[in-house]
Amino acid sequence: MFEVLKTIFWALPRGLSITLKYLFSKPTTVRYPEQRLTLSPRYRGLHYLKRNDDGSEKCVCCGLCAAACPAGCIYMEPAENEFGERYAKVYEINELRCIFCGYCQEACPKEAIFLGKEYEFATDRREKLIYTKEDLLVPENKGVSAGKTD
Amino acid sequence: MLAFIIISVVKIVVVLVVFLLMIAYLTWVERKLLGHFQVRLGPMRVGPHGLLQPIADGIKLLLKEDIIPTNVNKFIYIMAPMVTFVPALIIMAVIPFGDTFELFGHKIDMVISNFNMGILYIFAVTSLGVYGIVLAGWSSNNKYSLMGGLRSSAQMISYEVSLGLSLIGVLMIAGSFSLVEIVNAQDKFIHWFIFRQPLGFILFLVCGIAEVNRIPFDLPEAESELVAGYFTEYSSMKFAMFFLGETGAMINISAIATTLFLGGWHGPFLPPVVWFLVKMAGFLVLIIWLWATFPRFRYDQLMSFGWKVLLPLAILNVFITGIIMVL
Repeated sequence: MFEVLKTIFWALPRGLSITLKYLFSKPTTVRYPEQRLTLSPRYRGLHYLKRNDDGSEKCVCCGLCAAACPAGCIYMEPAENEFGERYAKVYEINELRCIFCGYCQEACPKEAIFLGKEYEFATDRREKLIYTKEDLLVPENKGVSAGKTD
Repeated sequence: MLAFIIISVVKIVVVLVVFLLMIAYLTWVERKLLGHFQVRLGPMRVGPHGLLQPIADGIKLLLKEDIIPTNVNKFIYIMAPMVTFVPALIIMAVIPFGDTFELFGHKIDMVISNFNMGILYIFAVTSLGVYGIVLAGWSSNNKYSLMGGLRSSAQMISYEVSLGLSLIGVLMIAGSFSLVEIVNAQDKFIHWFIFRQPLGFILFLVCGIAEVNRIPFDLPEAESELVAGYFTEYSSMKFAMFFLGETGAMINISAIATTLFLGGWHGPFLPPVVWFLVKMAGFLVLIIWLWATFPRFRYDQLMSFGWKVLLPLAILNVFITGIIMVL
């Protein structure tokens, strides 16, 4: 009987007081499209490929990123340009497979590939998520320092 | 005679419209309050602070495909939502929501029907509501629905007894079954039955929440156990009818609580109708607050609580009230 009384007059009101406290606390909801969370400086989003100062691609198609990739989502085909330099003829990243670990960025000896801050690239077709070299390269006129959202 | 009919029709239309609006906006208040209890915002997108959400929901439910599963008992399946919804509407007929006043030489009671068996009528009609639930559970030909219906009937039988007994004290003091008389007996603040019958009020609160199937007594529709309970097979407007019936039952129980325990429309300064609505709103918020706080009862706990705790307490309450009245 004492237990029952203790429940009614102590435990239940205490539970109610806790929920009441939360009723008047500030909601933690972030109203997404209008409000956004600030990303961590180390946030790993969509990849991008950097260029040299003269606008040529940094990537030399060494294949270390593909070797480091645990998800096996990087595919590349090498070729030589008119100066006999090696470059990536085909460079594809399957963003569906990618786990955004950032090992490609770490493995790259030329500092060509980076993971940016872009995360809104959802789409309605799987094919659209296989990003080609043209999708990944930063625009030529912006030079090296203008990484996508670096 | 004509004046009486016109007055009655006007009262019925006004009460019905206000009641339906309250049902619609209670769903919004529910979602909003539960959201804030859970440190969320609740509906925000449709209209300012989600104020048009009930309308959007209504349109959505009306336009949804109305599925009648193959193996249901069609007649009862279609009838069940109506059987749940109609009692919720007609209870308001005996609730007094204001004082009598004169308009163009006619005395107007602020109650649709002031008849002297109000409480018995309420009990009869609320008990009818459970038929809809049981029939829905049975006619759906689905084990979850059937379980929900069975639980509902068992719960109703266990708690209706205590609910009835918890009001006996009020009836003894007021000396009348008429809700108008009961409100008149609570003309002063200290005469409110919540102060004269505190145990009765707590019992009424518990049994009332059990009666309207709200957490912690929502066993008939326990989502985590029974999919959606008795209305698992329902869709579109039939589903909405159950929903409206339940929300309506919630409003009814707070209207009854206001009338019986919280002094009805009595109160200083503000007009009686406003006082009535304010008290009702307070009781509704209390129900939502309990909802946000407590977990669901287990079935055996529900049964033992109903029969071993509530029923003896209700009888004890009647007994004590009787002794005090005799002394």
